[in-house]
Amino acid sequence: MPNMSLKKNPMPHQDPVVRAGNFQEVALGYTKEQAIDEAQRCLHCKNMPCVSGCPVMIHIPEFIAKVAEGDFEAAYQIIAQDSALPAVCGRVCPQETQCESKCVRGIKGEPVGIGRLERFVADWHNANATEKAVVPAPNGHKVAVIGSGPSGLTCAGDLARKGYEVTVFEALHLAGGVLVYGIPEFRLPKSIVQKEVDGLKELGVKIETNVVIGRSITIDELMEEMGFEAVFIGSGAGLPMFMHIPGENLKGVYSANEFLTRINLMKAYREGADTPIMDLKGKKVAVVGGGNVAMDAARCSKRLGAEVYVIYRRSEAELPARREEVEHAKEEGIIFKTLTNPVEILGYHNPDDRRDPKNGSVCGIKCVEMELGEPDASGRRRPIVKEGSEFEMEMDCVIMSLGTSPNPLIKSTTKGLEINKKGGIIVNEDGLTSREHVYAGGDAVTGAATVILAMGAGKTAAKAIDEQLKNK
Amino acid sequence: MVKIVRKQVLNPSVTLLEVEAPRIAKKAQAGQFIILRLDEEGERIPLTIGDYDREKGTITIMFQKVGLTTQLLGDLNEGDAIRDFVGPLGQPTRPELGDDIKRVCVVGGGVGCAIAYPQAKSLHAEGIEVDVIAGFRSKDIVILEEEFKAASDHFYLTTDDGSYGEKGFVTDKLKALIEAGNQYDAVIAIGPVPMMKFVSKTTEPYGIKTLVSLNPIMIDGTGMCGCCRVTVGGKMKFACVDGPDFDGHQVDFDELMNRNSVYREREAQEKERHACRMEKLAHDMIH
Repeated sequence: MPNMSLKKNPMPHQDPVVRAGNFQEVALGYTKEQAIDEAQRCLHCKNMPCVSGCPVMIHIPEFIAKVAEGDFEAAYQIIAQDSALPAVCGRVCPQETQCESKCVRGIKGEPVGIGRLERFVADWHNANATEKAVVPAPNGHKVAVIGSGPSGLTCAGDLARKGYEVTVFEALHLAGGVLVYGIPEFRLPKSIVQKEVDGLKELGVKIETNVVIGRSITIDELMEEMGFEAVFIGSGAGLPMFMHIPGENLKGVYSANEFLTRINLMKAYREGADTPIMDLKGKKVAVVGGGNVAMDAARCSKRLGAEVYVIYRRSEAELPARREEVEHAKEEGIIFKTLTNPVEILGYHNPDDRRDPKNGSVCGIKCVEMELGEPDASGRRRPIVKEGSEFEMEMDCVIMSLGTSPNPLIKSTTKGLEINKKGGIIVNEDGLTSREHVYAGGDAVTGAATVILAMGAGKTAAKAIDEQLKNK
Repeated sequence: MVKIVRKQVLNPSVTLLEVEAPRIAKKAQAGQFIILRLDEEGERIPLTIGDYDREKGTITIMFQKVGLTTQLLGDLNEGDAIRDFVGPLGQPTRPELGDDIKRVCVVGGGVGCAIAYPQAKSLHAEGIEVDVIAGFRSKDIVILEEEFKAASDHFYLTTDDGSYGEKGFVTDKLKALIEAGNQYDAVIAIGPVPMMKFVSKTTEPYGIKTLVSLNPIMIDGTGMCGCCRVTVGGKMKFACVDGPDFDGHQVDFDELMNRNSVYREREAQEKERHACRMEKLAHDMIH
């Protein structure tokens, strides 16, 4: 008899006041009992609409049935057929617009907590599974993967399971891409990313960190000299955008990428870390932008002791961040200044003391109020400046979170690789680029998007690479 | 991990390390840099590639002990290892100079001479006439004198206090050489930001193309954060991917100096943490 409760089992959370002072995970995860109870809400529809909402097409009702039986390892094995990073996706996917948006239970009441169940299953496996992964028999083919973010790791995992000899090249000193430098510990503990990366290594995937493709090695060298028969480019969209307004190069202005890299990858928030970050205790921080990255930067600033403002030029309804992230930010005391746009960052100058260390630092932000006009090309109502609405706010730090675009390094060092106007690599439906045997996927193709879409692209390319190479 | 194969103390504050990094040695060109990290708690710091040996598969870095990381690095010995070492990063200098170049003046200031040296060496090896002006505060910190002599057509050494070579600043010497009728197709200036600023100011009235090697704060060194952004010709550039060399007549040096002072207070505190971190590092090496 299914559980006909209209509501999802709620997710236990750290108290907002407590969590705003630490970097520990906010959402605490289901207990066994909560997971089994939630799994019993699934109606096991024959046409499985939820699966069509998942970019990697996890066999959702099948794994949920195993959870309901209490056989969590079996549930994990079902998910693992399609997803290389379930503990990550269960946490960071926007399920409300994907699998859960298609759930029949969502028509009247709340959908089944698919993401929460996926997370529970993956965490259970990571904590309890003892059996080593079975390394598949090698098929004699070599593939190189550029970038160890979600698309690269997925592509590598899928190919390794088919017996390919896969090497992943990563520019930074840790694998994971945005999962390690971008998404903060309180949303995605780094130990979980590491576990999933270790899982891939057990499958035989080689990961070479500190290699910048385009500088250390070129794509042509990978193929001509090092014997890789195909290459997958999953280098992401890591190039930060700035507003190009006065004052943007003052001390105390960060890109969200820099701020989050210092905190997440370099652990600048920890006592013993060598990498510094501005002391934000009792300071005022403005985060400009309204996406998930802006929410992450704002919530990190809060945890460093700042009073935090999110400045966004459209209204709250248009915030591109997930609803849940906005709610979490608000619970933690972050102040939203919507329909507001910065026009200048103001700097401190002490003409009497040129050596005053505060000289050249941020002291405020000048903004204008906005109102919404007609919808623009993106379908969102265009923000228009309200005449004479200029005002100033005191600030000590400004974090620019305006989005990112693909890094031009690979494009500029690879002949014949076609790129669109926004810097994204052009690919066909299989992920094949304009270069033979060179595939691409994830943000490097689409510009900044989601973890799960990147994973879907990595999967598509892995399938196409396999079809091409296995018949060779 | 890369292994240190040679260590040479050039003067009380400047150390040279030669490390095994075949992949980087294969690709490195003058003007490029690496980023290193010592251990788990370590920060990422950029250092210019001082020299490379493609046959041996080694590259050389030279650095001044100015803060925690460079102090720890300076305390390492032959046989020790550096955890993370990535490169070559940035654009090489040579293409910036153009093809029809006949005579260049390379100006190095202090530890910047360690970076000026590979520039002089590679241009000299190419058959270009190279004058070098190397400036130091005083005699006790002079480095690479013999190496420079071998890598240049004319070598001039200055000290601020006159304790060795000619007394005065590199800019004085440069101006004197230009006034004396020496025709330079380009000047390459590498050293502290104020020195590069004044070299650029010196050459500007004569319209001599001047390249400077900028040293902003960096983290990833691959263009993903913009920490190293500088203003060149009124436009925002990322030194790690667009540079580190730029046209000295276009650079906003005052802004660069300001941005480089962001963590000054914190850097001062770090020196005190040096001893306990050194112990930890030694421990990591053994285990």
